[in-house]
Amino acid sequence: MNESLSPKRKVYGVLLQGFIFLCTGITVALLVGLLGYIFYQGLGHISWKLLSTARSALEDTIGILPNIIYTLYIIFTTLLIAIPIGVGAAIYLNEYVVNKRFVQIIEFAAETLSGIPSIIFGLVGYMFFCQKLKLGSSILAGSLTLSIMILPTIIRTTQETLKTVPNTYREGSFALGATKWYMIRTILIPSSLDGILSGAILSIGRIVGESAALIFTAGTGYVLVKNYFEALQTSGGSLSVALYVYVYEHGEFGVGFAIASILMLIVFTVNVATKAVKKKI
Amino acid sequence: MKIRVMLEKVMNVILCLSGVTAIAAVFVISLYMLINGVPAIQKVGLVPFLFGQTWRSTGSNPEYGILPFLLTSVYGTFGACLVGVPIGLMTSVFLAKIANSKIAGVVTGAVELLAGIPSVVYGLIGMLVLVPNIRTIFHLKTGTTLFSAIIVLTIMILPSIINVSVTALKAVPKEYEEASYALGATKIETIFKVSIPAAKSGIAAGIVLGIGRAVGEAMAVMMVAGNVANMPSFFKSVTFLTTAIAKEMAYAPNGSLQKQALYSIALVLFIFIMVINMVLNILLKGRKEK
Amino acid sequence: MDIIKTRKLNLYYGTFQALKGIDMDIAEKEITAFIGPSGCGKSTFLKTLNRMIHMVPGVKITGEVSYRGKDILSNTIDETNLRKNIGMVFQKPNPFPMSIYDNIAYGPKLHGNTNKAQLNDLVEKSLRGAALWDEVKDRLKKSASGLSGGQQQRLCIARALSVSPDVLLMDEPTSALDPASTMKIEELMIELKKDYTVVIVTHNMQQATRISDKTAFFLVGELIEMGKTDDVFSLPKDKRTEDYITGRFG
Repeated sequence: MNESLSPKRKVYGVLLQGFIFLCTGITVALLVGLLGYIFYQGLGHISWKLLSTARSALEDTIGILPNIIYTLYIIFTTLLIAIPIGVGAAIYLNEYVVNKRFVQIIEFAAETLSGIPSIIFGLVGYMFFCQKLKLGSSILAGSLTLSIMILPTIIRTTQETLKTVPNTYREGSFALGATKWYMIRTILIPSSLDGILSGAILSIGRIVGESAALIFTAGTGYVLVKNYFEALQTSGGSLSVALYVYVYEHGEFGVGFAIASILMLIVFTVNVATKAVKKKI
Repeated sequence: MKIRVMLEKVMNVILCLSGVTAIAAVFVISLYMLINGVPAIQKVGLVPFLFGQTWRSTGSNPEYGILPFLLTSVYGTFGACLVGVPIGLMTSVFLAKIANSKIAGVVTGAVELLAGIPSVVYGLIGMLVLVPNIRTIFHLKTGTTLFSAIIVLTIMILPSIINVSVTALKAVPKEYEEASYALGATKIETIFKVSIPAAKSGIAAGIVLGIGRAVGEAMAVMMVAGNVANMPSFFKSVTFLTTAIAKEMAYAPNGSLQKQALYSIALVLFIFIMVINMVLNILLKGRKEK
Repeated sequence: MDIIKTRKLNLYYGTFQALKGIDMDIAEKEITAFIGPSGCGKSTFLKTLNRMIHMVPGVKITGEVSYRGKDILSNTIDETNLRKNIGMVFQKPNPFPMSIYDNIAYGPKLHGNTNKAQLNDLVEKSLRGAALWDEVKDRLKKSASGLSGGQQQRLCIARALSVSPDVLLMDEPTSALDPASTMKIEELMIELKKDYTVVIVTHNMQQATRISDKTAFFLVGELIEMGKTDDVFSLPKDKRTEDYITGRFG
């Protein structure tokens, strides 16, 4: 009875436990190391000049203001396209479709989309939006491509919140004589705002980090144009794309790390915001 | 009254259109992949295309064999899993079974951030930290190797593996674990002999998701692998399926066999990913039905 | 001989006291039944005997519990060995998601037995001991989840027997089963008491009268009365016991 655990079992336990801690340690250390390195190398290179000017070949200076603005344009345009479609799709799935098979097909399509690598999106976006629809290499073409890419995220997060809206709300609205669309507009959409918001935030993270899908569709342009509508038709590189171009094609590592630091700050903000919204839900 | 009925009908159509957008997108993507990917394969021949060991897309006597890319993608992914799966799985065990909620929260946050790091940032750090160090440590001519790519991919697939495995491990019924404890098993024995086997289909799903991520990754790999069409070898510069496309897309002339061949590579990659997705779906469904 | 003894056993979940000063002696090779309304502490008490209760966060225990003279509340006790000696069968059948064979072999392997021939013998012996051998001998390699609820529960009993325990704790083992399966398990328990000490928590008073030698009645964390089953049911000493067994509450 007082004989304790056999040595073999003891060793087994200690070794495996050690292995678990070691692996978790590696995971955490990787993150800390990566973040530390990025900020250590990057923060020093962030200057007001870098942030507030455009790249100039004449003066041989680098500025990322156009890339910042183009990133914002791409985020805005992509969400503008994807949110109505994604929310619409979620509502359609949750409120309209009676045929279970059809729901499954749409959900399967959304899952498939989310598994397709971004380079394929880039390629098809290039063929379809840039060439077929003759949009050329432009912010609009890039945003359209990204909209398809983030659609599954928006559909999923919206669907999740729609499912939490109690049926009594719907019944209550119908009992007052509301039509279906009226009920959706006044009851469902307001109560699923948090889900839509969290989908939008997640998508921003994805858009900001995206490069492969944008490089073929929105291009690598760095010339600032006058306004949003003009920008839609011109080639514009997002921050991630600019990072790639500066580092891989020009060997400008300092600028690369400066952009990487900005990207990580955005990623960090996105993560915190997602958590905050999720808590609210 | 009439306007209302109209509105109702219009909205119905609009919502239905939104609903089928995803289907349409998948359809269009598949269609484009096929239409644009098949011609070059027809011209080159399926076997020489898939199993040809030489890719020389420019020059007077071009050859379009993608075996180097195919094998590199397979080896690279396999290598990333070899290291990434144990680390990822053990981290998920820690998160799901060992850590208290406070520590688990911190580690989960770390994993989420890791997932959020853009691939170009991985590429940047790979270029600056991995590549030169690998070059000096192993006395190579160049540090842009399959090995560097494997390390980058390993880190990139960790979050996918961890997230899905944690969910699967947490879903293991408490009763299984209780039964194991009641037979005199220790915590570690219970985790490794009951919890992990019981969560195996979910863990497999996480691994497959990671495989999908590794196979599809382009930019980070592009920046560290050297992009030479060598047959895969640990310490040589190599080209993956994804980077083979990305590298030449910008300057391959429209309508040329070269560009068509790039689309064919994309088709191969696409089929690859579709198969992976299918496996993933089966694994996840299997778990739900239980 | 008394195999398990408790003295002044108090148990707290946080600030809530779930067991209040329990003194009990459990005799060897008998069936002892715990009865009482839901939440009376009988399951908690049962789980204290093999320290399964220690897995609940925030549990605090005072008093004494001894098994064959050894203090099992001590921090130095080897939990794995204790649980090998004091086996447990749960309310809901909980076979592992493995084959029938692997379910039974799990425990012996755990405790260091890897000899194939010995394992085969043990599996057969345990399944026979749980009166399941004839039903499953042709499909030992099949998944345990294909068995009926009653068979699964007997499999769990066999699994508990596989590590040759001394005591078997059963936490409402038949509450999830149909009457026919319940009967089988009750017969099995009477069979088991030849070799094992059995402690069973039950909601079903008829079950207690049918199978147990001793009965303990719990109420809101207290042991109200314990004695020979016949005595407790025919001549309860305490008014509250009488009220419970005559169905006036619970």
